[in-house]
Amino acid sequence: MPPSDSTASTPHGSAASPRDLRVGIDVGGTNTDAVVMDAGNTVLAWTKKATTADVTGGMNAALVAVLDQIPGQHERIGRVMLGTTHATNAILERRNLGRVAVIRIGAPATTAVPPLEDWPDDLKATIEAGQIIVRGGHFIDGYPIAPLDRDEVKRFLGSVAGRADAVAVTGVFSPAFPEQEREIAELVAVELGGDVAVSMSHEIGSLGLVERENATVLNAALYRVAGEVTGALASVLRDRGLAATPFFAQNDGTLMALEYAARYPVLTIGSGPANSIRGAAFLSGVQDAVVADVGGTSTDFGVLTGGFPRESAAAVEIGGVRTNFRMPDILSLAIGGGTKLRGDASDPAVGPESVGYRVSQEALVFGGGTATLTDAAVLSERASLGTTSPQWDDGQRALLAAALGVVDERIVDAADRVSLGKADRPLVAVGGGQFLIPDDIPGVTEVLRPDHGAVANAVGAVIALASGRWDAIVPVGDGRVAAIEAACQTAIARAVEAGAEPDKVEIVERTEIPLSYLTEPSIRVHIKAAGPLGFL
Amino acid sequence: MATGQLTAFELREEDLPDLARGCAVLGTGGGGSVGTGLLAARRAIRECGPVPVRPLGAFADEETVAPLSGIGAPTVGHEMIASEHEALALQAAVEELLGRKIAAVMSSEIGGSNGVAPVAWAARMGVPLVDADGMGRAFPEVQMVSLYVAGVPYNYIVMSDVVGNVSVLRPLDGLWAERQARALAVASGSHSLMADYIITAAQARGAVIEGSVSHALSIGRAMRLSTDPVEALQQELGAHKLIEGKIVDIERRTGGGFVRGSVIVDGVGGHRGELLRIEVQNENLIALRDGVVLASVPDLITVVDTATGVAISTETLRYGQRATVLAWPCDPLWRTPRGLEVAGPRAFGYDIDYRPIEELRSATV
Repeated sequence: MPPSDSTASTPHGSAASPRDLRVGIDVGGTNTDAVVMDAGNTVLAWTKKATTADVTGGMNAALVAVLDQIPGQHERIGRVMLGTTHATNAILERRNLGRVAVIRIGAPATTAVPPLEDWPDDLKATIEAGQIIVRGGHFIDGYPIAPLDRDEVKRFLGSVAGRADAVAVTGVFSPAFPEQEREIAELVAVELGGDVAVSMSHEIGSLGLVERENATVLNAALYRVAGEVTGALASVLRDRGLAATPFFAQNDGTLMALEYAARYPVLTIGSGPANSIRGAAFLSGVQDAVVADVGGTSTDFGVLTGGFPRESAAAVEIGGVRTNFRMPDILSLAIGGGTKLRGDASDPAVGPESVGYRVSQEALVFGGGTATLTDAAVLSERASLGTTSPQWDDGQRALLAAALGVVDERIVDAADRVSLGKADRPLVAVGGGQFLIPDDIPGVTEVLRPDHGAVANAVGAVIALASGRWDAIVPVGDGRVAAIEAACQTAIARAVEAGAEPDKVEIVERTEIPLSYLTEPSIRVHIKAAGPLGFL
Repeated sequence: MATGQLTAFELREEDLPDLARGCAVLGTGGGGSVGTGLLAARRAIRECGPVPVRPLGAFADEETVAPLSGIGAPTVGHEMIASEHEALALQAAVEELLGRKIAAVMSSEIGGSNGVAPVAWAARMGVPLVDADGMGRAFPEVQMVSLYVAGVPYNYIVMSDVVGNVSVLRPLDGLWAERQARALAVASGSHSLMADYIITAAQARGAVIEGSVSHALSIGRAMRLSTDPVEALQQELGAHKLIEGKIVDIERRTGGGFVRGSVIVDGVGGHRGELLRIEVQNENLIALRDGVVLASVPDLITVVDTATGVAISTETLRYGQRATVLAWPCDPLWRTPRGLEVAGPRAFGYDIDYRPIEELRSATV
């Protein structure tokens, strides 16, 4: 697969107004980064701003800052790619979430574990507008558990009318047999009107009822947040007179169109690590590497395999709710440029507290009073930055040197942990604190420090592909090839729906997992298709 | 374990995470994920109250014990979750069939989800749980159970599915039990609740593995309370550490309805330079180093996360995990000639003689 649209492209449109620039914005815990890149993927402008409590303020400030660096060229901006934590924050803070009527199709099966059973009480109370398990759903082989009880659905919808902002529908084995979820979506439109949006689980997640249902309910609760963030982005673009098309980064490092993000806001969660890994790959030009993204407070280690982040196999929790999302497999260390150092050389205490983005005021080399890892890096000549040259005393020198030794050990260990035991790949160090990564790490071939690595995450948002996924259970026998082909076509159609150019979509991932204890030997296939965004 | 010291206790909602952790360790890689069973058990306790757990000795000879387990495909159970009515339907059928009340529920298989789910079934049926099980671990087939090894004659298999179908089988023996029960489970969507034998407390004596529930609980508790969970596990289980390392290769293939394959662990620290291979058929069956067997079924082999001690199931094993492989002795019942015939290496198609882990360790270390 080509490394995204890395070759220079000739944009369509008249020569007078080429729409060949793209803006990437990535909202992180400490900083909101933005970049402007041209069709040849040269970085024309970049910035790092503090993330604000409302998220939107920092996003706007970063956008304005990069626009100011390219005066007179704003009409060339064709696309804006946003990776944001709006949805994550809304769930963590239980803020601005919609009330959701939860329908599960599957009774009399599944009643041993009702919907939202494992949710934190306060989140459940905030979101739930009522729940029901109606008769319906399917066995693994498609045989009905029970006919869908439409009257029961209508009675339930009547009981939540006026209280529910959205409806979440999850049917047993709906990823294979989605019809009943669609039938209920139609009933909702009739009974509650078009204003009440419906999340259907077969569009959100893969097999595993509780996790898929959880993600579907979260998605339904996030419609208002999605509307706000898409509205805020549209409004700042309008204010600056930009006619750019917005895209949203999702958890697997690919993009989705605005309309798609508005329907599947839960997929925007976790886009940050994926963006920084993809951005690191792009900037360094490698497809297989260990990536270390060093921020002010923490360092995320991830692995790039064939141009995409390696995904975590474990269930991912969002705000205390278990989902089956695929997220990048990240090992986080509490090590960053702002990490505070205490103690003495014989027993250095490294963090986990950090001065965060205030490092440029509080670190010793910036005239502040706090010993940080940035100071340790400057003293050891790994970095040369700061506004003053402190008069280090012997105790400080010894502490900083010892602390850096501790940090190096942790970094070497983390690189080894994530490297799959293969010592044949480089480590790409990015992020504002990349200088903390030592040059010599056993188990990696070399340490790469690409230009613009400080804003690798925003670069990752710009160069991301659009993708679609599909999961299916298929028999191992005669029908196997046709069934896998059908699954591939569904994944491709979803990638195109997300914005990919139809004739450039490729299958980038195909996993087959044998299933045990079934008479007809079956496998579960997971397909992911991805392709570059079409030209404007 | 010292069965003489078993006492009755009450299993409450807050005990369930310990139980689940312990059952996962005893699952030896198989037995299904404990997550859904844990939620079902918690729900049932919230609705029906805590579950009394009593040693077998607390039951009179003629009292009826129903050894229960889920049968089906673990992947299906994760999607088509059980019905709350399954246990009650099974209870009603058994009591009608025998003309007497079920006095207690017993887990047929303490390892994995079948160790946790019986808490839900007992709570819903309003009966105590026997502090015992039929395996002391997890095994893939219906006949691989202590009652079969002990020669308890088969009477009934009663099955109850998610839609309310109840079936009663009278198989000739354990092998027929496996074949027929499996076929029925498939017809019910590869998921059913099953009473495999209905026994009296007298029949259970000497034919079940006692103390299993309290054993799983103390495993989970030891892990929770220790700052070094792997060390705590070793102490609690009397386990040998076969290797500490990194998962570097996993091969999976289907065959005969089971997930078969092998896992390679590359040693770190004091084990650097060593490679351990584990042969898997749903459960971890044999551990080898340089072609030499270090441990084999029916002794227990579990792969745990080196940092947390949490058991890693066959289905969630993956490249790069930091893992420690522990092995420890099975219940003596499995080491009898009959036990080895049912669940020794040859029962799984490996042409090797079983040697106890203790003996293998003293020979190889």
